[in-house]
Amino acid sequence: MNSTASETWIILGATSSMARAFARIVAEEGAHVILAGRDLDDMKRTAADCRARGAAGAEAVKFDARRPESFKAPIARAKEGPGSINAAVFIGSMPDQVAIDADPTLIRGVVADNFTGPAEFLHRLAPLLEERGAGTIIGVGSVAGDRGRIGNYVYGAAKAGFATYLSGLRNRLARSGAHVMTVKPGFVDTAMTWGIEGMFLVASPEKIAADILRAARRKRNILYTPFFWRYIMAIIRAIPEPIFKKLSV
Amino acid sequence: MQWKDEINTGWGRVLKAREKVARPERAAALAALLESTPAPAAGMRRSYGDAPLNDGGHVIDMTRLDRILGFDGKTGVIEVEGGVRIGELARLYAPQGWLPAVLPGTGFATVAGCIANDVHGKNHHHMGSFGQHVKSLTLLGPDGKARVIGPKRSANLFRATVGGLGQTGVILSAKLQMIPCKGDVMMVTERRAENFEQFLELLDHSSATYTVGWIDATARGEALGRGILEEGETGSGLMPKPKKARAVPMNAPHFALSKPVVKLFNRAYFSRVPAHGRTSVKRIGEFFFPLDKIHDWNRLYGKRGFHQFQCVVPLEAAGRLREMLETIASSGLASPLAVLKRMGPGRAGMMSFPMEGYTLAVDFPNRPQARLLIARLGEMAEAAGGRIYLAKDSLASGARVKAMYEEHPKWAGEVAGADPEGRFVTDLVRRLDLRSPA
Repeated sequence: MNSTASETWIILGATSSMARAFARIVAEEGAHVILAGRDLDDMKRTAADCRARGAAGAEAVKFDARRPESFKAPIARAKEGPGSINAAVFIGSMPDQVAIDADPTLIRGVVADNFTGPAEFLHRLAPLLEERGAGTIIGVGSVAGDRGRIGNYVYGAAKAGFATYLSGLRNRLARSGAHVMTVKPGFVDTAMTWGIEGMFLVASPEKIAADILRAARRKRNILYTPFFWRYIMAIIRAIPEPIFKKLSV
Repeated sequence: MQWKDEINTGWGRVLKAREKVARPERAAALAALLESTPAPAAGMRRSYGDAPLNDGGHVIDMTRLDRILGFDGKTGVIEVEGGVRIGELARLYAPQGWLPAVLPGTGFATVAGCIANDVHGKNHHHMGSFGQHVKSLTLLGPDGKARVIGPKRSANLFRATVGGLGQTGVILSAKLQMIPCKGDVMMVTERRAENFEQFLELLDHSSATYTVGWIDATARGEALGRGILEEGETGSGLMPKPKKARAVPMNAPHFALSKPVVKLFNRAYFSRVPAHGRTSVKRIGEFFFPLDKIHDWNRLYGKRGFHQFQCVVPLEAAGRLREMLETIASSGLASPLAVLKRMGPGRAGMMSFPMEGYTLAVDFPNRPQARLLIARLGEMAEAAGGRIYLAKDSLASGARVKAMYEEHPKWAGEVAGADPEGRFVTDLVRRLDLRSPA
């Protein structure tokens, strides 16, 4: 995979800024782009942007991680697209932990958006990649999945579940020649992090998107981006639990 | 979090504002924001003074609404969201033979910002101002409702919006007519002008598509007004990949732009071009946006920031402009960044800056003497029947500006209709009291 020309990319959660930045890069390289998400009107604008930048084609389809009946459309569209089928999952949601504490039913949505929805979707997609013996799946998780912390452990737990799922899927697809990459971004300047206090070393979505595509081309398995988050998280994981439980990192 | 606390400045970094900023990423989010908290829009904040600021209030950052919504390769008409950067359009479309009809001095300016300031470029004498190439635009009023307006559709509101400093609403998207170009390289001819008179003569007789003059604002006596005229034509061919942009890592100390340093720099910069001139090939961005390859170059002026004075005077007032230049040269306060250009009559809005004549722009480090000098220059520009450019201003008085902009009362009336509660007022509009007609 050296260039995206005559490739098809399904981009899940296409209204997020990271997904949009990613779509732009593959569009400028001539890929066929299928944008999947909830705000159809917004995705149509992104599709137009992709076409204007040189995409072989760009279309918008409705997708909702909490509605499994919406999972078939993007896959059906991808079958019609040129070249190998690839998917990048940027879907996710992060309600305030305080809101979850007040209403624990919110956990269902967080798990659906960050874990079970994308996992079920990829499970439907995987046989297609196996059959063709090619393609790349990129799953965007979070460094928050590396250890449960008081500030966002429900979100972290869902991302951890997704990371474990991706690890298993990688194991499975490696046998057929398809590739799965897990991405763990640190703080990214998106609508999700806008105005939240305590952010540091915040990276632009454009930089993260370029990083992701470069790493996927090199068939990396797990990508921390920006790179230094690998070391930050290694330290956080190494803190013994008796100490960690008293911290508020 | 929808609103983020920020302290922002214009590009000159003299005036500051404490703001609550929202940054919508979808059109629906923008409309919802305006419904609950109508606020002025800001883009890349490349205006020098307080045009993009709203101290103590709310601001909507439009930079994430930056998509291309459609392009017609036959006609060159492109529709874009307001937050797209003008340099991005040049980068994407020049290789396909199209350029935005007007390119300002920085590619970082957003399209909506180009409209709200009715910017001009190095081809103003041929192509007029940015707003003259806007076929239509979608404007969101203080109620969040969208209206499509154009030169023929709600013409008065359109003329109040182009060059209207964001006072009529938020520009969500616009349709622009681009112009054909030969490719993404520039053939550039540089010629020396030994003094002011020769400079004007070169400008008056230039037949190039794009022209811009660098002027040595420190030269005095016989060399007063000397400089280099750059003339450019688009061309095609292969160029090496652009070098990565460098950034200025911190504020420079104040002596970096002291009088002897600037004088030396200017002499060297002038002598770099041989007496008989020279022709070279440049990348398109290098010609149009020469400073964009140095990110945060405004830090070179140190933490006190800087002012840019820009005025235009009618052709027949060239003598007055010479007097202004004498005043600047004898002050010893100018920085190396000074530009002289001839303008055509083209303008698209009631508050548009351009008029047929000569425009002079000079940067000054922010010092008390510089502020006095700029006030004096404003007075001289007014006496010459000219105008100062609001996108650059942070010092002028409201009375002077209103005297310079003859259509101001009409504009104020139109704005009062579009935003009766003053939701889109910015620091510049407050400082100059532009909302009141007299």
